[in-house]
Amino acid sequence: MSVLIIAEHDNKSLKPATLNTVTAATQIDADVHVLVVGFECQTVVEQAAQVSGVTKVLVADNAAYEHQLAENVSKLVVDVAAGYGHILAPATTTGKNTLPRVAALLNVAQLSDVIKVESADTFVRPIYAGNAIATVKTTDAVKVLTIRTTGFDAAASTGGSAERQVLSQVITSDRSRFVKEQLAESDRPELTAASVIISGGRGMGNGDNFKLLEGVADKLGAAIGASRAAVDAGFVPNDLQVGQTGKTVAPDLYIAVGISGAIQHLAGMKDSKVIVAINKDEDAPIFQVADYGLVADLFDAVPELEKSL
Amino acid sequence: MKILVSVKRVIDYNVKVRVKADHSAVDLTNVKMSMNPFCEIAVEEAIRLKEKGIATEVVAVSIGSKACQETLRTALALGADRAIQVEAEDGLDSLSVAKLIAKVAQDEAADLVIMGKQAIDSDNNQTGQMVAALLDYPQATFASEVLIENGEAQVTREIDGGLQTLAITLPAVVTTDLRLNEPRFASLPNIMKAKKKPLDVKTPADLGVEVGSNVSLVSVTPPPQRAGGIKVGSVTELVDKLKNEAKVVS
Repeated sequence: MSVLIIAEHDNKSLKPATLNTVTAATQIDADVHVLVVGFECQTVVEQAAQVSGVTKVLVADNAAYEHQLAENVSKLVVDVAAGYGHILAPATTTGKNTLPRVAALLNVAQLSDVIKVESADTFVRPIYAGNAIATVKTTDAVKVLTIRTTGFDAAASTGGSAERQVLSQVITSDRSRFVKEQLAESDRPELTAASVIISGGRGMGNGDNFKLLEGVADKLGAAIGASRAAVDAGFVPNDLQVGQTGKTVAPDLYIAVGISGAIQHLAGMKDSKVIVAINKDEDAPIFQVADYGLVADLFDAVPELEKSL
Repeated sequence: MKILVSVKRVIDYNVKVRVKADHSAVDLTNVKMSMNPFCEIAVEEAIRLKEKGIATEVVAVSIGSKACQETLRTALALGADRAIQVEAEDGLDSLSVAKLIAKVAQDEAADLVIMGKQAIDSDNNQTGQMVAALLDYPQATFASEVLIENGEAQVTREIDGGLQTLAITLPAVVTTDLRLNEPRFASLPNIMKAKKKPLDVKTPADLGVEVGSNVSLVSVTPPPQRAGGIKVGSVTELVDKLKNEAKVVS
C-alpha cells in the first residue's frame, strides 16, 4: 500500500527533512505520495514533485493552513488517510506536533523517531536518549511514524516528476490562533542539514563569547549549535540546542567546544561522523566519544583554530 | 479554573541506562526512579498558576502500578491539591495512556491539561497531542511561556526555527519544554502534609477505557559504541588530523 508523507516546508521552500523522510518511505513501498499543506505554497509543490521517488503530490493550499496548525492539519490528513498503509512525517517540531493527533484520530499508535526500516511493519527507534535501541513491530492497519532524519540519507531533490492532486476540503481551526513567530535569521546552514557543526557549551561563559565560534563557522561553512546548559543559561536561543530534547544532528564534522558531554547532549550528536572536543577538563565525558580531543582553554584554542583553517 | 497535570514515574535522569543481557528490555531492577523532568515542569507551571490566583485547583494524575503513587505524592508535596492514580501495568502505550488521561480530564472537567512534552524513557513526545486530539481540544506543545487571559491561553512554543506564539481557547492541552520554568523542591513540611492529601485509585474499567496496543517490542539492544579516539597535543596537530586523516576539512 502507498505511503503518505506530510511535507515539511515554510510555504516558500521544501525543507531537507522531507527528503530524508522520502528515503525512509521508499524502503517501505515504492508508491510514495507527499502531502503539502500550506498557503500560497506552489513553489513547495513544484519542489516536492521533482523529488526522486515521489509518485504523487497532494496539495491543500488555503489561508486556513498558512501556519500548519496541528488541529486542522491532523483532521485533513485523517480525511485523506484512506488507502494508505503508512503515514510519515519528519521528526521535526512540526511533525512531532501534528502526527500524534493523526494517530489518535485513527486510533492507532505512533512510532516516534524511527531510525531504520526493517520491513513494512518492523521499525527501529532509539529510547532512553539513545542509550537503548528498540526494534518494534506493529500490526496497526495504518502505521504512523515520525522519521529521525539523521537515520536516512536525503532523496535526490530532482529527477522525479510526480502527478499532482489538489485537495479542495478546507478545515478551519477555530480554537487555535497563530499570534506571532520569532524566527532566527541566519545565513548559516540549518543545524539539522549542516555538514559541519560547531557547538558551544557552558564553558563558553556567556552569549558574547559565542562570537568566537562564528569565525570558525565562517571558515568551515558550519552551523552553530549549543548544549542545553548553554541554552538554559541564556547564552543562546533554544533553536540552537542539540540533544535528547533539542535537535538530533549527524554532520560529517561536529566540533564540541566547552561542552562536558552530558548524556542528554550526546544523544543528539553521537552519530556524527567525526567528533572533535575542545575542553580544558581532561576528564570531561565528551572525550569518550570524541575522535580527536584537545585538552585546552577554548579561549586560546578556538582563535588559533580559526587562524589555522 | 481547574488544572489537570499528568506525571510519569521514570528512571532517574542521572542513572546510566543498561540493557538486559537477553535484549528483552532496559534493566530497571534496583534502579532509582523519579518524576519525569518534563512532568516536574508541568507540575510547577500548574502550581504557579494557582499561586497567581488563576487556577483554583490542581489535580495530578499518573497511570501505572502502585509505585507511581510515590510520584503522585511528590506532586502533592510540590503543591497539587489531590491526586488520581489509574492502576495499570507500567509501560502502557501512549495511546492507551492518552485515552485514560482524556477520560480523567473529561470527568474532572479540567479547563487546562498540562503535560510534559516527552518522557525520558520512551522518548515518544506524543501523549499530550493524543489527549488533545481525543478530546478535540486545541493544543500548544513545547511551551516556554504560558499566559492565561479571558478563557484563552497564549503560549510561546519552542520550534525548530525559533519561537512561535499561539492563542488557544480553553479547555486545552499544553505540553512543557525545558525553559518554561525551574521546578521547586518539595520542603519537608510539605512532604509531610502531602501524605494527608487525597489520592484516589481508579482502574481503566472504572473509566470505561479499554487499553491495549498492536505494537510489540521485538528487542532492545545497546547502541553501537563509538570507539574512543585520541587526544591531540595542539591545534596544529588537530587541523592536520582533520585534513589528512579524517579528511573532513580541506
